[in-house]
Amino acid sequence: MSLTPAQLGAAEPHGGALVAKRPKGAGKGLQPPLSQRAARVVVLVLVLGYLILPLLAMLEFSTRGDYDRATKTFARSLQSYANIFTYPNLIDGIMTSLEIAVLTVFGMLLLLVPTMVWTVVRVPRMRRVVEFLCLLPLAIPAIVIVVGIAPVYQWMGQNLGAVGGSALTLTFIDIILVLPYSYRAIDSSLRSIDTATLSDAARSLGAGWPRTIFEVIVPNIRGGILSASVLAIALVLGEYTISSLLSFNTVQVVIYLLGKRDPFVSVAVSLLALLFAFALLFVISRFAPGADHRAQRAAEEPA
Amino acid sequence: MTDTPATVPASRSSAPAGPVSRGAGSGRLRGAGNYLALLPFHLYVGLFLVLPTLIVTIGAFTTADGHFTWNNIAAVFSSDVFPDAFLKSIELAVSTAILGAVFGGLLAWAVVRGNPNGLLRQFVVAASGVLAQFGGVMLAFAFLATFGFNGLVTLLLKNQLGVVLDMSWLYTLTGLAVVYTYFQIPLMLIVFLPSLDGLRQEWYDASASLGGGSWAFWRHVGGPILAPSFLGALLLLFTNAFSAYATAAALISQGAPIITLQIASQMQSEVVLGQENVGKALALGMILIVSLVMAAYAWIQRRASRWVR
Repeated sequence: MSLTPAQLGAAEPHGGALVAKRPKGAGKGLQPPLSQRAARVVVLVLVLGYLILPLLAMLEFSTRGDYDRATKTFARSLQSYANIFTYPNLIDGIMTSLEIAVLTVFGMLLLLVPTMVWTVVRVPRMRRVVEFLCLLPLAIPAIVIVVGIAPVYQWMGQNLGAVGGSALTLTFIDIILVLPYSYRAIDSSLRSIDTATLSDAARSLGAGWPRTIFEVIVPNIRGGILSASVLAIALVLGEYTISSLLSFNTVQVVIYLLGKRDPFVSVAVSLLALLFAFALLFVISRFAPGADHRAQRAAEEPA
Repeated sequence: MTDTPATVPASRSSAPAGPVSRGAGSGRLRGAGNYLALLPFHLYVGLFLVLPTLIVTIGAFTTADGHFTWNNIAAVFSSDVFPDAFLKSIELAVSTAILGAVFGGLLAWAVVRGNPNGLLRQFVVAASGVLAQFGGVMLAFAFLATFGFNGLVTLLLKNQLGVVLDMSWLYTLTGLAVVYTYFQIPLMLIVFLPSLDGLRQEWYDASASLGGGSWAFWRHVGGPILAPSFLGALLLLFTNAFSAYATAAALISQGAPIITLQIASQMQSEVVLGQENVGKALALGMILIVSLVMAAYAWIQRRASRWVR
């Protein structure tokens, strides 16, 4: 990742001096180093402290063992984590959510990738329309979608047999819910490559559309596809509103119900789910299109 | 259903691949074919997003057996619960949007002042990505583990310092505000960081060389440039809190003080005869409020993007 001196300077006034010489007086008048550094530390400690405290509390809460009356402290134990496996409902919920997550990722990709590539190479006029539709779920709260879709699900449950009543049908709504996030991720990848030229080249060499899309375009937007998929997984694993109101036992619904009986296990599962999402997102942040974008922009920008 | 989008563009493959020198009629046909390839997407969004929205909108103005009526809307306004729930939701969304924007903005500033490739920035950005989505049940449990009757902070205060605090605020609107702020701060960071990154060193230098101090810079340069993005982020945070249901549902067990909880209880409970569609009228009210705010957001976003490249 290459950075121009100006950018380095902008981001780090003190280290910036190593790269670009700046007038001493100007720098001083602009940012009083001590008070600014102090303010920065205060902000970081306060805000990050607020964000970290509940996470620490989850760790502490879920590792409680026996209570010692004398010292008024708890022994540490991983019993709550082991207990996860003693609740078959919980395991079922986790499996259901994972299955929905996988289906959502594939459904979302099959729906979005060909459509988005098609709008870029064949019907650019429709790009705004597709964008609008993809971002529309941001303007329609999930709870409103449930109210409107409950009759549809009632119909499916009554007329489509076991398939219509399965929790896996939540995939249909989850795909809608992830559209805004997935759209943005794939869109930023598509913008960073010259999709039209790539597809013209592939087609002039005799490739049909399926081959052009899946063997030429898709490998070039891997980063966007990966982020879109990870966002979809994170969203599905955290989804509660729709599954609870349509009475499907996904992992969040089970965690909530279990919380009334054994909050320690609920907190343990929540923490694990959070760590899982964090690990996933940390991994893709290294491959995400945004990362190369920033580098690219930095390289293009005149110093 | 989900596999049609892939097969339809594929099945269209022969038409655009054909020789260009065909009649004008088939050219028009091919143009139509291009649009036809988008049909699966439109059908899908139509069925699972537009149709539910239509069901809500139409339902708000019809009786259970499908006749037009104003009664649902009238029921919303004449009740003593629903207007109050809307107001409380708006209050909650406004206060947590402001708290989130201020603290998230400060955090973004503190992060931008650091090394752009440093561990702190990478960590904060990645963590914010997760925590901004960390609503719902898990977040409610995190706060119960912190401030609940057996929470870390409650027990520490009680056992180590002998201070017994009443922690029942956690289950009220105040508690909801504290908990909502938790996901508003990271969301603000994600939305606002690019704008702060867009502030160029040249602008600091230009301001300084004209004799401007830190205050002058923020008052005349940084502030006006960031104002649209800040305002836009504020609106985004508002809709985020206004639409939230899961966190409140998991935390508040008695009553339904906010509108999303009211809609849920309308769905779950046996409804009074003639009031079957009041829930849809409430949902329509939410759509209207969120759409207004999102329209303002889109407008501001266009203005903000001028300076952020």
